[in-house]
Amino acid sequence: MAGFLVKRLWQSIVLLIIVSMIGFGVLHLTPGGPLSQYALTPGMTQETMDRIAEQMGLNRPLPIQYLDWAWRLLQGDWGTSYRDQQPVLTVIGRHLFATLLLMVSSTVISIGLGTWIGIRGATHRYSTFDYTATVGAMIALSIPTFWFGLVGIYVFSLKLGWLPAGNMYTIGDGSLLDYLHHLILPSVVLALVNIAIWSRYMRTATLDVINQDFVKTARAKGVGERRVLMKHVVGNALLPMITLAGMQLPNLLSGALVTETVFTWPGMGRLFLDSLGYNDYPVVMGLLMFSAILVLLGNLIADLVAASIDPRIRLA
Amino acid sequence: MPITNMNRRKALTMLGLTGAAGAIAPNLLVSPAWAARPDTPTGQIVVGVSQEPTVFNPLMPRIEVDDGVQLSVFDGLVRISPDGEFIPALAAEVPTIENGGLSEDGLTWHFKLRDDVTWHDGEPFTAEDVKFTLELIMDPNFRSWRTTGHELVRDIEVVSPTEIKWRMEEPFAPYMSILVETMMVPKHILGHLEDRNEAPFNQAPIGTGAFKWGSRKAGDHVELVANPDYFGEGPFVERLIFKYIPDLTVLYTQFKSGDIDIISNQYITPDNYAEAKTLAGKEVSVVPAPTVESVFLNNEKPQFQDSAVRQAIYAAIDKQTIIDALYYGLPTPSESYLPQQSYYYNPDLPRHEYSPETANKLLDEAGWERGADGIRAKDGVRLSFSNSTTSGNHLREQAQQFIQQSLGEVGIEMTIENKPPAVMWGEYWTQSQFDSVIVGIVFTTGADADVTVRFASDAIPAQGGRGSNTGQYQNPEVDKLLEEAGRIFDQAKRKELYGQVQEIIREDLPLLPLFQYATVRGHKEGLKGIEANINTRIDTWNAAQYYWDQ
Repeated sequence: MAGFLVKRLWQSIVLLIIVSMIGFGVLHLTPGGPLSQYALTPGMTQETMDRIAEQMGLNRPLPIQYLDWAWRLLQGDWGTSYRDQQPVLTVIGRHLFATLLLMVSSTVISIGLGTWIGIRGATHRYSTFDYTATVGAMIALSIPTFWFGLVGIYVFSLKLGWLPAGNMYTIGDGSLLDYLHHLILPSVVLALVNIAIWSRYMRTATLDVINQDFVKTARAKGVGERRVLMKHVVGNALLPMITLAGMQLPNLLSGALVTETVFTWPGMGRLFLDSLGYNDYPVVMGLLMFSAILVLLGNLIADLVAASIDPRIRLA
Repeated sequence: MPITNMNRRKALTMLGLTGAAGAIAPNLLVSPAWAARPDTPTGQIVVGVSQEPTVFNPLMPRIEVDDGVQLSVFDGLVRISPDGEFIPALAAEVPTIENGGLSEDGLTWHFKLRDDVTWHDGEPFTAEDVKFTLELIMDPNFRSWRTTGHELVRDIEVVSPTEIKWRMEEPFAPYMSILVETMMVPKHILGHLEDRNEAPFNQAPIGTGAFKWGSRKAGDHVELVANPDYFGEGPFVERLIFKYIPDLTVLYTQFKSGDIDIISNQYITPDNYAEAKTLAGKEVSVVPAPTVESVFLNNEKPQFQDSAVRQAIYAAIDKQTIIDALYYGLPTPSESYLPQQSYYYNPDLPRHEYSPETANKLLDEAGWERGADGIRAKDGVRLSFSNSTTSGNHLREQAQQFIQQSLGEVGIEMTIENKPPAVMWGEYWTQSQFDSVIVGIVFTTGADADVTVRFASDAIPAQGGRGSNTGQYQNPEVDKLLEEAGRIFDQAKRKELYGQVQEIIREDLPLLPLFQYATVRGHKEGLKGIEANINTRIDTWNAAQYYWDQ
């Protein structure tokens, strides 16, 4: 176990270095730069832009810029946002809560509903419920989220007036109830696609298990159908889902770009988009490293959990 | 300054100074709703903006939405009214040659300041702050966004806490317009700091303006609160909130749903204008903007060397159809790079006429002959060029396709090469790597018609120049006129010289002007005090005057 962890750690460090180099290179080699958004500012001159580029250290050779960035990162300095003049970690931290709130509630909805629909679809195969779920999943998967979002806003906000048309809270209110009220539409819209995905996976996983010999044996020795389902079928069908859930972890924190834009949700997805549009290199690099770490961490956790649940899996 | 020309703010300030409250009454006739202004700041206003304000130090590089916040938190020495008049802000009066504030030769500037201004933290505002601000702008370690004009300032002398003067290295008339955009920052906060680029002040600014810094929720909104000690008129609302809504469709939706009270930058998109007009409880109007849209040519490219080619391309573009079909008839066709509301605008320029026949004739006569592929060529130069703009700007992309088709009909090939914004406006633009571009530009220096950085021969970055003449336009006559107009303070004479510059540029066509933008603005009914000002970059320039009608 300890050997496994050490090995994993080494792999992760090497991977992170490679990711950072590629990311840094691609980002900086893209033409244009953080100053391009001021190019059309009235009165902006080349002289001013050159001076600012120099002050920001943008005119140094790329390898030097990379080493400087990496050295600072090792010392815990993630850099300062060009767009915001704030430390990168502060900037990320400020957007993290919004994303966590949205993603956690949407994930709870989607895993809960998705698992239930998947199991029921498998146990009642080819029933009306199963067909409805299959068709529903197809629709949810093929229609883009922003469309659901806009339709949701149109129906529930503009026409019915039940729910707010976006935003995380009412400025000046911000009570728990206010947050929840604002949370309903975006989290449901975001959950739609994931319900579809989860239910499909869960249905397949359940079907894989349901006809296996040990299930038949359980039934044969007279275990009640409900107990067979909960203990033998679902317990085993959930195994692959743990790996899937582990891979979901980075998504939880990296945000949902489209949903956040449609619902003006100040989360990580929007931060990424804004920073990319601005060529805010420090923040983009920060987000890249952040999600790379999350991906590695998510996989590690999934492996560990799977191993602890399934005695057949040995970590080495 | 004749009293009839005064704007209301100035008039009220003066009347207020006399202390004769009764004298204000005649204003009620002009603006009856004035009576409903609350005695103490009441309520809040949510302004929706499509870009996030992130720069709060007013001397650092900034975009329009940053101006929106800064103009409420800070003041300059002078302001500019919608009709282009300078109004004293932190200054007690606007220095002119007539009142002795400016010396005859334009070299000595003498400002008298208000004595009743305090910073938001209670410290008095003095001439030392002005000196500090002007010096900070030129500090080589500070990331200041504009040094034009400021670089000529010498020997700043604080005469008394309310008086300051300096000498200019050479006369520079546009400097007053630059001062309008130069907000004063406090010396007692920034003076002792080593690094002003990352000062805490930049995230929690302290100004003299009608609103104080409240808080910021990054990625979401900025909240300002009323400054009860504001030296001017107002504010009349307790809180002013700038809410960031990145998607224009969503911005408009939240305007419709009432989540935002004012739809600010980038306003209502033209395609929504027809519906917006009919919305209940909303006031929607079309307001001209100073931005001029043009097909911007790289004049160093061999295709554009021949004047006949530029004339022909211009003649082959059906401006009116672009305006009507794509922009819902909102913008006004333009022949000048200046907004038509500018004091310096020349209305007598030749009118563009859409005529493929003229285009063909011009090209035939100049010897551009159609080749086997139908594209004209002359002396080995094919009449083919690329046109670029920000990808994803649907209206521009449609305009491009339309122009491409029109030009194709007269034997000119235009290819479309659009790029994402950071690429488009990076070196591709600044180092003149493009053939041609469709772009909306504000050419002026503040409200001043000085276009030296845009059109002077020595302002071409691709040729080592220090300005932003990315079209690489060169004309010695224009250089001479621009230099002369920059050095004199006689308004009428300057207007004449800038009129000539416009004439020459209309004739040379280094850029093909399409139209002057108009924006569709909107706010909730009952929200008063909103006034458009083409001389500022953002609609919320006078938020101190906003109030809810009760």
